[in-house]
Amino acid sequence: MAETLRDEFWQGARKALPAILSASPFGALFGALAVDNGLSITDAMLMSLTVFAGASQMVGIELFGQKVQPWLIVLSVFAVNFRLVLYSASIARHIQHFSRLQKAFGLFLLTDPHYAETERRADERGRVRFAWFIGYGIALYVPWQVATALGAVFAGLIGNPAAIGLDVLLPIYFLSLLMGFRKRRNWLPVVAVSSVVSILALKVVGSPWHVSIGALVGMVLSACLPLPVEGDEAPAADAQGRREAN
Amino acid sequence: MGGFDLGYAPVVLMAALATYLTRIGGYLLVRRFQRLPPRLMAALDAVPAAVLSTLVAPALITGGRDAAIAIVVAFLAGFRLAPVPMLLVGWAVVMGLRHLGL
Repeated sequence: MAETLRDEFWQGARKALPAILSASPFGALFGALAVDNGLSITDAMLMSLTVFAGASQMVGIELFGQKVQPWLIVLSVFAVNFRLVLYSASIARHIQHFSRLQKAFGLFLLTDPHYAETERRADERGRVRFAWFIGYGIALYVPWQVATALGAVFAGLIGNPAAIGLDVLLPIYFLSLLMGFRKRRNWLPVVAVSSVVSILALKVVGSPWHVSIGALVGMVLSACLPLPVEGDEAPAADAQGRREAN
Repeated sequence: MGGFDLGYAPVVLMAALATYLTRIGGYLLVRRFQRLPPRLMAALDAVPAAVLSTLVAPALITGGRDAAIAIVVAFLAGFRLAPVPMLLVGWAVVMGLRHLGL
């Protein structure tokens, strides 16, 4: 209770350091690939400033590059970010004491590591203060913008992306995110089925429908597989969220 | 190419709105419903793996043989390595193959 708001803010900001270090290369990668896929530097910055969710930004620019219909781009971004629904549901109990405006602003900054650290902070202190919450969020938000700008500007100096291997970075980046979820129940069957179905759908139906079709079949599979034992549901969901964000 | 056009801005802003809805959505839902049906939870739980798989797998057939090899190697390395080293392994493999002209 002795801590001032300023202390809380900087404690939150310092906690964000590992996330800043691991996210920044991807911020720069996003900026470079966005420009490479035909977005202007302004569009790339606008996306980082307003969306602020790395994986979905990558998906977005991939689809921009394929000249996909706008509604499908929005839907895909929504689909990739759907996990944030689960995060904000899960931390609801820790941020109930924020004012309405504080919730509206604080949740705008919510990301995977932010979620995980918020759960940890609640375990340690019993409560999460707004100053700490936005300290973490802002500390991650600002470097993400700087990294995007540097990547976008630098991309203009890069000629053929395939010559320096940039083209393969995006699928492997998604692969690395995918591997982060491998402790989840049904991970391997879902990955196998969604992968095969998306390749088949790409051949039969074409892009970008293969994304929705492959994802939907994987979700249906997961819903049909045996459910976890009744009773350990809540702690399991909690531990899961924490693992992913690491 | 590129330039100063703002043609993407409306879609970007719609995507930003959709993302914001996911950030506040869980909070708003949990205030309303006590719990979601278990089968729905299982389907939602599979969303990241399902969506990300569809973004990786097609590159195996569309990205060329060198990219496909790099993706398979990175996948196997991913069981041991953190994201950034894994990315470096995949990148090194594809650059090596291209350098050798394979």
